[in-house]
Amino acid sequence: MFELISSNKRRSVLLLVGFVVIVVLIGTAIGQLTGLGWMGTLVATVIAAVMAFVSYWKSDSIALAVSRAKPAEPGDYQRLHNLVEGLCIAGGLPKPRVYVIDDPAPNAFATGRNPKHAAIAVTTGLLEKLNRVELEGVLAHELSHIRNYDILVSTLAVTLVGAVALLTDTAIRLMWWNGGRVSREGDRGGGFNPLALVGFVLLIVAPIIAKAMQATVSRRRETLADVSACELTRYPPGLISALEKLRDDTTVTHSASTATAHLWIEQPMSGVGDRGRLGSFHKMFDTHPPLDERIALLREL
Amino acid sequence: MWVLIAILAVVVLIVLYLIIAYNGLIRRRNQIENAWSQIDVQLKRRLDLVPNLVETVKAYAAHERETLEAVIQARNAAIAAPDTPEAQGQAQNQLTGALRQIFALGEAYPDLKANQNFLALQEELTATEDRVAYSRQFYNDSVLSYNNKLQQFPTVFFANMLNFERREYFEADEAAQTAPTVEF
Repeated sequence: MFELISSNKRRSVLLLVGFVVIVVLIGTAIGQLTGLGWMGTLVATVIAAVMAFVSYWKSDSIALAVSRAKPAEPGDYQRLHNLVEGLCIAGGLPKPRVYVIDDPAPNAFATGRNPKHAAIAVTTGLLEKLNRVELEGVLAHELSHIRNYDILVSTLAVTLVGAVALLTDTAIRLMWWNGGRVSREGDRGGGFNPLALVGFVLLIVAPIIAKAMQATVSRRRETLADVSACELTRYPPGLISALEKLRDDTTVTHSASTATAHLWIEQPMSGVGDRGRLGSFHKMFDTHPPLDERIALLREL
Repeated sequence: MWVLIAILAVVVLIVLYLIIAYNGLIRRRNQIENAWSQIDVQLKRRLDLVPNLVETVKAYAAHERETLEAVIQARNAAIAAPDTPEAQGQAQNQLTGALRQIFALGEAYPDLKANQNFLALQEELTATEDRVAYSRQFYNDSVLSYNNKLQQFPTVFFANMLNFERREYFEADEAAQTAPTVEF
């Protein structure tokens, strides 16, 4: 368990470094494409540094705000609070903040940077559709994310993937604004700039790389959290039947966005095209292993 | 000169290792104590909830005197029980059985079953029973982690010298192993 935790801490450092590299590269690309030169690189580096800092301290509140989560009142959500408290006793964790999202689709996620600064959010649909034992299984899954420091890596990923998307979007728009040309009028005489071409390719590829990073970060730890959840509750059937209910429920989680997709217990977007000719390509971007696989694994416990 | 530095380095490393290993043992031993007191906290919490429940049920099913008295008696017995694991375990178990019977009353009295207060108390007591079980589980997990550390090489050498002792697991006693029966 401890090896897992330290490997997760290492991975979040790698994620931050990788993000800074991507952003600097994008900055260089923007600079080359818009004729701003190395100023672009400098600006992008500053932006990257600020964003890395903000995402460490604030990514949990961002993820909660994006999903429109409201704090759950202990009076109104007695059962939810009780279950979380009980599981925290079992795991020897401090009690995280508990949030509720008004959404009929059953789903849940955990966020924060360490167990002392953590939050769990569940949708009202989850509270309605699952019984006590199933809800306990889902909450144990989320608490395992907190305990294994998965939350740090994934919430960092939310802000960072968002930032890369934002930057490349801006860059591409800047180019339109520049008349769709690769360089300014005055640069015409300078001849062909090979860096500009590389930059253009980078702008297109960067968001895809960021997406694939997000997906690989996410998939393995879902399975892992399922197993550690059963270590907490000592009752795999609870989580199994909860996952079965999630599988059979087809409501789309509207509170989820592409950036927060990997946070949730069930992949919020439907996996359209998973079976077609491009199936294996699409799977690269799935943030979760198929629910059937997860259920089968838990049955073996 | 170099030999001296090498010896010094080895000594420093050994001392560092001892400090880390010793602190690890202390941390785990304190966690066991914390876990043990957590069990008591949860058991007490349950005792505190019982009078409320009895009052609520009385308003709807006053003539179920026997069931109500059984609960009160079980609670008093649990408070009076000597502070040994066996006696406490038995008394608490009796209370669990008596409480099950009260909640079974909910089936016979629809008004009671619909009462918000009754439902809230039922939820609260179920949660507390879960917490008792979870705190015992955490206690045993803590003991496992401590014992593992204690008996592993090379900690085992100095742990004996410093009087670190193996801890026992919490085990459900005979009375707790047979689930309480509910009679109608």
